Amino acid sequence: MSTATATADAHHDHDPHATNTGISNNKLAMWLFLSTECLLFGALISTYLLYKTRGNGGVLPTDIFDIPFTSVSSFVLLMSSLTMVLALSAVARGEMDRGKAWLLVTAMLGGVFIGGQVYEFTSFYREGLGYTSNPAASAFYTLTGFHGVHVSLGILMLMSLWVSAQQGKLTQKNSETVEIVGLYWHFVDIVWIFIFTVIYLIPPA
Amino acid sequence: MTIIDEPLALESGETYAEKPLGILTRPQAQGGWKDWVSTVDHKKIGIMYGVAAMFFFVVGGFEALLIRTQLAFPDQGFLSADLYNQIFTMHGVTMVFLFIMPLAAAFANYLIPLQIGARDVAFPRLNALSFWVWLSGAIFLNTSWIVGGGGANCGWFCYSPNSGIVFSPTHGVDFYAIGLLITGIASLVSAVNLIVTCLNMRAPGMDLMRMPVLTWMLLVTQFLLAFALPVITVALLLLLFDRTFDSQFFDPDAGADPLLWQHLFWIFGHPEVYIIILPSFGIISEIIPTFSRKPIFGYTAMVFSGIAIGFMGWGVWAHHMFVSGIGPISVAAFSLATMFIAVPTGVKILNWLTTMWGGKLHFTTAMLFATGTVAMFTIGGLSGVTHSLAPADTQQTDTYYIVAHFHYVIFGGGVLGLFGGAYFWWPKVFGHFLNERRGKINFWAMLIGFNLTFGPMHVLGLQGMSRRIDTYSAGYGFDFWNLMSTLGSYLIAVSVVVFFYNVWKSKKEAVDLPPPGPDPWDARSLEWSVPSPTPEHNFDEVPQVESFDHWWFQKYEIDDDGKVVRIAETEAVAQDGSATGVHLPSPSFWPLVLAIGLPIIGYGIIFNLWLCVIGGLLTGGAIYAWVFEPVDDPNAGHGHDDHHEDEAGDDQLAGVGSGSASDDEGEG
Repeated sequence: MSTATATADAHHDHDPHATNTGISNNKLAMWLFLSTECLLFGALISTYLLYKTRGNGGVLPTDIFDIPFTSVSSFVLLMSSLTMVLALSAVARGEMDRGKAWLLVTAMLGGVFIGGQVYEFTSFYREGLGYTSNPAASAFYTLTGFHGVHVSLGILMLMSLWVSAQQGKLTQKNSETVEIVGLYWHFVDIVWIFIFTVIYLIPPA
Repeated sequence: MTIIDEPLALESGETYAEKPLGILTRPQAQGGWKDWVSTVDHKKIGIMYGVAAMFFFVVGGFEALLIRTQLAFPDQGFLSADLYNQIFTMHGVTMVFLFIMPLAAAFANYLIPLQIGARDVAFPRLNALSFWVWLSGAIFLNTSWIVGGGGANCGWFCYSPNSGIVFSPTHGVDFYAIGLLITGIASLVSAVNLIVTCLNMRAPGMDLMRMPVLTWMLLVTQFLLAFALPVITVALLLLLFDRTFDSQFFDPDAGADPLLWQHLFWIFGHPEVYIIILPSFGIISEIIPTFSRKPIFGYTAMVFSGIAIGFMGWGVWAHHMFVSGIGPISVAAFSLATMFIAVPTGVKILNWLTTMWGGKLHFTTAMLFATGTVAMFTIGGLSGVTHSLAPADTQQTDTYYIVAHFHYVIFGGGVLGLFGGAYFWWPKVFGHFLNERRGKINFWAMLIGFNLTFGPMHVLGLQGMSRRIDTYSAGYGFDFWNLMSTLGSYLIAVSVVVFFYNVWKSKKEAVDLPPPGPDPWDARSLEWSVPSPTPEHNFDEVPQVESFDHWWFQKYEIDDDGKVVRIAETEAVAQDGSATGVHLPSPSFWPLVLAIGLPIIGYGIIFNLWLCVIGGLLTGGAIYAWVFEPVDDPNAGHGHDDHHEDEAGDDQLAGVGSGSASDDEGEG
């Protein structure tokens, strides 16, 4: 943009991709939004780390973690990042049927993860870890619940993309839309890597 | 929920639904109330922010007068202790979140696109959304007086466990938490929008280091907002969950740590201080060079000191907590950081003074306000540095000395600057001047009233008078200064009345006066190169920027002897606003509908969860309707010449994408 000539050519003005940074407005906005999300999850993770040993005499989340189970569901979520990339790559090449299929697979893998979380929460509750049991429990459920809500919104976005593609509104021309949803999806996965490592794998001191 | 860069191509030949979801037609009307509620024009949104902020200034000011009336004499029972708690809490919340922040947003919305040579912000509909969401949150917050059993009564920082259900049994704190969550969404959306605008939408040649200082300070402010708001969002949600769902975040009996709230709040709360002050710094950095007839001294230092304040603002939050028992190492570290942050602030003060030094000073009302800002902020800054000395701070915590300090910073540094900005840009926004004589009365009444109100509080604080106590006994030496302070607050009220009278009277008188023309102050930045009031499309032709103060160098040059020589008359180089071939983003109702849904969800959380369903449907439906509404209405009459052959998808003004990142509210 800064190299434009002084004569303001009308069509140059109207080029929606002519931004100063070369990154489209939508993509830049998503990057900024994700950077603010780091602070959101940072605050929630800090809260859990502060409270993880404060069981008020009751059960602690760290007492009842089922590491093998959560490892599997984490693996499922990570694989959904791979299928997200495949979806974007297919849409960018104009192979809409393949793209739609990978979008569906991505959403389904996300759904499996959410299902695993529901199962995990239910079994924790049966073992005596309620949301209101103690500060550690509240912090654990709030942090992982927030992440679950983010995954669910991601699934909603993926399904919206799928419906748009089905109606013919999403085409190769709009592959950046898929890319931006993909940014969000990968971010949510990366947050889970942090949560899984810091919350589940590192044992309480 | 998708993010759509531009209207999706309709290769199959179908047409867009004119009524997304079959309810509301696309607004077409020009003029009237529909024009305002559906507008996506950054200038109209800026004006609405300003009007609404001034309304809440009156509300918060009224609360301040109640406080001062109660404290005018010892042992008064004008307000009950409980009502007093509610009023000082709501005074603080209103002034911070519903007055200063939105008034700064008014300047940001109106001026950033104009100062960088853009035709609108990056996401015009998200911009409208920010305003309506903020307004709905602000109204929601204040309805707690009517339906919530009174306002929040925990102080504006609402420490736990005082904010818990045991000590704050009314719904006031719930309204506080949800209201601030809603206004937080608005600020977050606005921050993302304006950062993208500054980074992506600059005119050709408008490098970052040619942006006016105001735009720079507003950009830093938006970054602070973007990173501070998620933290308060978490804090408010934890508080809300504690109060609504019995979680255990702030219950010390269950082993919770009361310091958690303090840390989360002040990690937001200290950057918030700079969110309040930096826009004012930017405004006076435009006013002072203009009326000193000199370029700003040390532009680069000015920009980098602003950025430095933005960074260092994150490392000083615990100086609000020196008496909370955070340990000697923390206290020492935050003491040092607090001393250091005075350095970039000092750089700014030096640069304003050196800009004025040797200049041909014109003390218009705007310049008086700007000068007053520098002076008053210096006093507030100096008393701030005294807080970095932890032993002294221990004595001052929760006394009127603190109240005096932060009013010198926020009122003296923030509000005076914003008033100066109002006088400065009024002709640009409304096409007529505010009367200078009444303006000067306004200024002097406000300056004297302000010092009379808050100056004595230094004395009261050092004498040991605690803040947030509803009365005091006679004979402690508090009587005289409290009375002075109350009289001062009435004088401030008079000055505000003068301001409103000036607004009303100046508009009436304007019909008999010559119009101000594009550049009445002979100023320096791009907004003065277009007619007053600004035409809807801002620039006839997007300017080609060649230097810092580009507009000034259109009018003047510096000859070989270093003398300033006029090279062109303003009218000859200013744009005349006559362009007709400019595409503007089409208006939309959906931002308003989405914003109405949020407080309904809020009432639902407090009173009846079924209301959440209604609010959720309204918000969710609005999001989908919004996404499938094209940015530019293909049916809108463009009424101009050259672009009819374009397909709808390309009908965008330079770089304006659709603002559809509507899932961004995921955490709210």
